[in-house]
Amino acid sequence: MNEPLLRDLVPAVIGVLVRRGADFAAAEDAVQDALVEAVRLWPDDPPRDPKGWLVIVAWRKFLDAVRADTSRRHREVRVEGEPMPGPGEAADDTLHLYFLCAHPSLTPASAVALTLRAVGGLTTRQIARAYLVPEATMAQRISRAKRTVSGVRFNQPGDVATVLRVLYLVFNEGYSGDVDLAAEAIRLTRQLAAKINHEEVAGLLALMLLHHARRPARTRADGSLVPLTEQDRSLWDTQLIAEGVDVLQTALTRDCLGEFQAQAAIAALHADARTVEETDWVQIVEWYDELVRLTDSPVARLNRAVAVGEADGPRAGLAALAELDPALPRHTAAAAYLHERDGDPITAARLYAEAARSAPSLPERNHLTRQAARLNAQLRS
Amino acid sequence: MAKYLLLKHYRGGPVPAVEQAPMDQWTPEEVDAHVQFMRDFAARLEETGEFVDTQALAPDGAFVRYDGEGRPPVTDGPFVETKDLIAGWYIIDVESWERAVQLAGELSAAPGPGGKPNYEWLEVRPFLADSPTVTE
Repeated sequence: MNEPLLRDLVPAVIGVLVRRGADFAAAEDAVQDALVEAVRLWPDDPPRDPKGWLVIVAWRKFLDAVRADTSRRHREVRVEGEPMPGPGEAADDTLHLYFLCAHPSLTPASAVALTLRAVGGLTTRQIARAYLVPEATMAQRISRAKRTVSGVRFNQPGDVATVLRVLYLVFNEGYSGDVDLAAEAIRLTRQLAAKINHEEVAGLLALMLLHHARRPARTRADGSLVPLTEQDRSLWDTQLIAEGVDVLQTALTRDCLGEFQAQAAIAALHADARTVEETDWVQIVEWYDELVRLTDSPVARLNRAVAVGEADGPRAGLAALAELDPALPRHTAAAAYLHERDGDPITAARLYAEAARSAPSLPERNHLTRQAARLNAQLRS
Repeated sequence: MAKYLLLKHYRGGPVPAVEQAPMDQWTPEEVDAHVQFMRDFAARLEETGEFVDTQALAPDGAFVRYDGEGRPPVTDGPFVETKDLIAGWYIIDVESWERAVQLAGELSAAPGPGGKPNYEWLEVRPFLADSPTVTE
């Protein structure tokens, strides 16, 4: 059974239940229960109408839960036995679910967890494994998130930017656990792009596709990092690159630039170069200028300084770097790289070692330590 | 979210803010109150979706190392004189360094003799991530 295809149906089914009078939290639980049934029963007995099947089973699960709850509280509440014939699904249900799960009242981590469960249809256990926390902790994070949004009306339009922020966070988590969160983020962003015509949704989708295309080349079999300049470009997925470029170009024609389109444009310029030498660094610097203008992000400024180092030489890069706060993450690593290119291996080796000590992840620390070791070995011989 | 280790020490770290009798000199009720506080702290972290793990370590043990092909490992210890001795830890998964510090501060208010906060120093250490940020 194709699990992602099954999970594609989740938002619409939740929408149907909510329209029939279930509150969001209960509807979401009921649909999860129905998914468990589907995974169990469908391989032997696939339904002709998968969505219809899920709606019926989820509604039944919802009624069971309401009845259990009512009898626990010894209150008499009349429950409709069969789904009301009333409104079925509306075109915007899926979209509203994205907005609800990324509601600004949620912390980023809660929004991520709720989105992966209610929009993505992942189980709490899968989400917990992906984020390396106990299942009970993730269950609490999700139920708190549901409580936080319980007062929000389901069919309200929301802010696309908050949804994109959540999807971007999921994508950046990568694939450390047994759920490929990058692939999941792409699936959810594709689904969103199909529901709403928005240039930054397209921009984010393009950005994800272009980064994902390079994934096979980004790490060695042992998990160590391969810097962009050393990557085997024949491993890049040309089909994903073509799709990403296509999506980006369509978005750019709307002439409404945003940060994800700018980032995607930079990724596209890298993807476009068959060799490192062919990279159009001048254009990349221009896009970083746009990105800095749009976001004023220190990370963008730092990356811009490295790109300036490629376009105008390491001295220019170091000058650009000197204007930034040295406490920025990866500032020292960038300085080390530029000093090495400037022909100063002694300073570079010292800075690589220093950067390794403040690296935020283990593969980066190993990579930077190795760079320092490489230069130190050269200096000794 | 980022994971942090809140490390409790039997010994070591900065000079204690409050000199305290060892736990075996407390009243049983004071010991119970302290243990209950630790349990409640873990339960509260689970409730906020921030709990990852907690473990306690026995004070004894040994240092062990390889001693060459075909030879048994060498052990050393116990360490009456060691400056630093780890007692246990909490692992938390939180939004920020500030939140980690806030939680460590709450843990450090665990009740000691007379039910007063024990002002214990806790070491807070960030975990290195498993993988680098994809888009940077």
